[in-house]
Amino acid sequence: MLDVYAPVAPLFILAILVGGIILILSRLMGPSKPHARKVATYESGMRPIGPAVRRLPVQFHRVGMLFILFDIEVIFFIPWALVFRDLGFYGLAVMGVFFYVLLIGLAYEWFAGGLEWEQ
Amino acid sequence: MELTWELVAFLGFAVMTLGSGLMVVTSSNLFHSVLFLMTSLFGVAGLFVLLVAPFLAAIQVLVYIGAIAVLMLFVIMLTRQVMSRPELYNQQMAGALVAAAILFLALLFVLTPLADEIGGDVAQVNAEVIAEADDAPDVDYITVEELGRAFVTRNGFVLPFEVTSILLTAAMIGAIVVAREDEA
Amino acid sequence: MEQLYIDLENYLGIGTDSVPEVVRLAIAVLVLGTIFLLAPILTIWVERKVAARFQNRIGPNRTGPYGLLQSFADVLKLIGKEQIMPAHADRIPFLFAPLLMVVSVIMITAVIPLMPNYIGADLSIGALYFVAIGSLSTIAVVMAGWGSNNKYALLGAFRTVAQLISYEIPLVFSLLVPVLFAGTMSMVGITQAQADLDYWYIFLAPASFLIFLFSNLAEIGRTPFDLLEAESELVAGYQIEYSAMPWGMFMLSEFLHAFLIGPLVAVLFLGGWDGPFAEDVPVLGVVYLVIKSMAVYFLGMWMRATLPRFRIDQLMEFNWKFLVPLSIANLLIASFLWELFPEPAGGGLVDNFPRFIVMGGSSLFTLMVGLEFLRRKSVEDRERIARLIDEKNYPLATADQTGVAGD
Repeated sequence: MLDVYAPVAPLFILAILVGGIILILSRLMGPSKPHARKVATYESGMRPIGPAVRRLPVQFHRVGMLFILFDIEVIFFIPWALVFRDLGFYGLAVMGVFFYVLLIGLAYEWFAGGLEWEQ
Repeated sequence: MELTWELVAFLGFAVMTLGSGLMVVTSSNLFHSVLFLMTSLFGVAGLFVLLVAPFLAAIQVLVYIGAIAVLMLFVIMLTRQVMSRPELYNQQMAGALVAAAILFLALLFVLTPLADEIGGDVAQVNAEVIAEADDAPDVDYITVEELGRAFVTRNGFVLPFEVTSILLTAAMIGAIVVAREDEA
Repeated sequence: MEQLYIDLENYLGIGTDSVPEVVRLAIAVLVLGTIFLLAPILTIWVERKVAARFQNRIGPNRTGPYGLLQSFADVLKLIGKEQIMPAHADRIPFLFAPLLMVVSVIMITAVIPLMPNYIGADLSIGALYFVAIGSLSTIAVVMAGWGSNNKYALLGAFRTVAQLISYEIPLVFSLLVPVLFAGTMSMVGITQAQADLDYWYIFLAPASFLIFLFSNLAEIGRTPFDLLEAESELVAGYQIEYSAMPWGMFMLSEFLHAFLIGPLVAVLFLGGWDGPFAEDVPVLGVVYLVIKSMAVYFLGMWMRATLPRFRIDQLMEFNWKFLVPLSIANLLIASFLWELFPEPAGGGLVDNFPRFIVMGGSSLFTLMVGLEFLRRKSVEDRERIARLIDEKNYPLATADQTGVAGD
């Protein structure tokens, strides 16, 4: 049963090996002469100001939340899409109701400005 | 016990899940904790594959690693308190250990009788399941489609399915209310 | 997979009994992996040549015939360069990010059916598999951005993540259209369904095809979606502190991913290996697949050469207000019309022609309506900005224009 997954594991190992070997090869072949100026954080030639890790704008959080919700929504569509051909109009109606309710949420989101990057 | 490829894979994923799970709670860097959490969740996805639940595994990767863990990263980066103090030390290690031990024992006492009740000899049941699965090579095709049918049949889950959409809508409205900038 | 062994045995002359199964599996995977790993080195050359022609240049022409060896020269040069570990870098995430990036892209190749009976793994969730595995590259980006300990890198990484996760939604919704038509998520099943039908799903859902292509281009972050690199603002985004081969790995995975879009689009919408005589002569299937993939790849290069970069607010609103509603609408319309106009009994191109008109037409119509709204919105936007500049006597670069996310 699990035989169909058999090629995935060797491919995974191959990918790690290829990537790892190239990286290690590059490390061995290339020179290594670190220097304080060379390893300094790049900030367009200036001395770095303040910590590199800053607070993120809140938009990113909103996008993340939206993504989770839509992701879950998509996942409900998948099993339905797989059996859709056998279900006929009944399946369409069930999904129609499901989607109609979600449409309300989407519309609210839209008019409340939740889909805009900067409010 | 015979050493099969499945067993090797199971052990690998189990070590991955538990090991990184341990690192999640012991790591002093929050960012590293989230990365270990992702590794742990990936191990769980691998276990799902071994249980012939590929759809669940894909969702595990897509939603838990790709969405929820990423949101956790966003939240870490949003929190000023955390960012100004990258190293966090856990001062309640002992209490946590005791709680974990109690939980483990409780699970052990609950699950062991349950396993006896269901299966009797676990190894024998496993062998039967594997034999059945070998007879029906398409078995994992059916599960997702059965899920789809169960979602829409009247005797199945059509009502919970529709109610889920209300939950999602509520969450959508909640998400925007929480992230309003003027109230933040 | 069985077939792959058998044919490989025939082609490579490996006896069935003399070699254990594990070794044969390893060889099969090695062959597939090598093909897909060498592909980007060639496509980089193709891309350079085509991009050069778009810009009225010649492109690489010194190394080898027609500059064919340019990419190999680049790889050798990158291997010989110094790997710089930036000060205060978070070493483990910094070092593992390029590896994870490459792995996440190589793993996608497992589900692409190359020709009849040829595929790495015929997973029942194939179409979902590549989306899920592809989403791992998000984590690689975050690791790179965080590990570098650099402002540009971190902001670039999080912009990238926001972009990658956003465009996953229209990607999956438009991917569901072929899944719905074929009734399976297996990539082999979807190709086979189109081969049996004598027509491809692009005729039934051209808009979904375009949305899928666009969101895939966004997933790899090429122009017009190259905000993650945005040379003029973020210097190079999350890759800024990388040098030598680790940087090369990011490039390699970007080009491999860009190349893989071709086969994925071809399998889902253009019939994969389907073509005249493909079922009888499997090798022809590879030829068809490569031709289709390169056609799709060319579309990507064309867009890259033509379109300017989005602003971040445009990027997000283009996704959430245009692609997402449009992809959902297309899915529902396609399913509704599929019920209304069922597959004619005989099949064939002629009998299906009315369906192409109705389904393809309505698909394109929704796209047109969406585009019209988009056009009006952008005209409004431009006028608003022009008014702002006039009224308040703003200097030319307002926050609105640069789109720099404020702290």
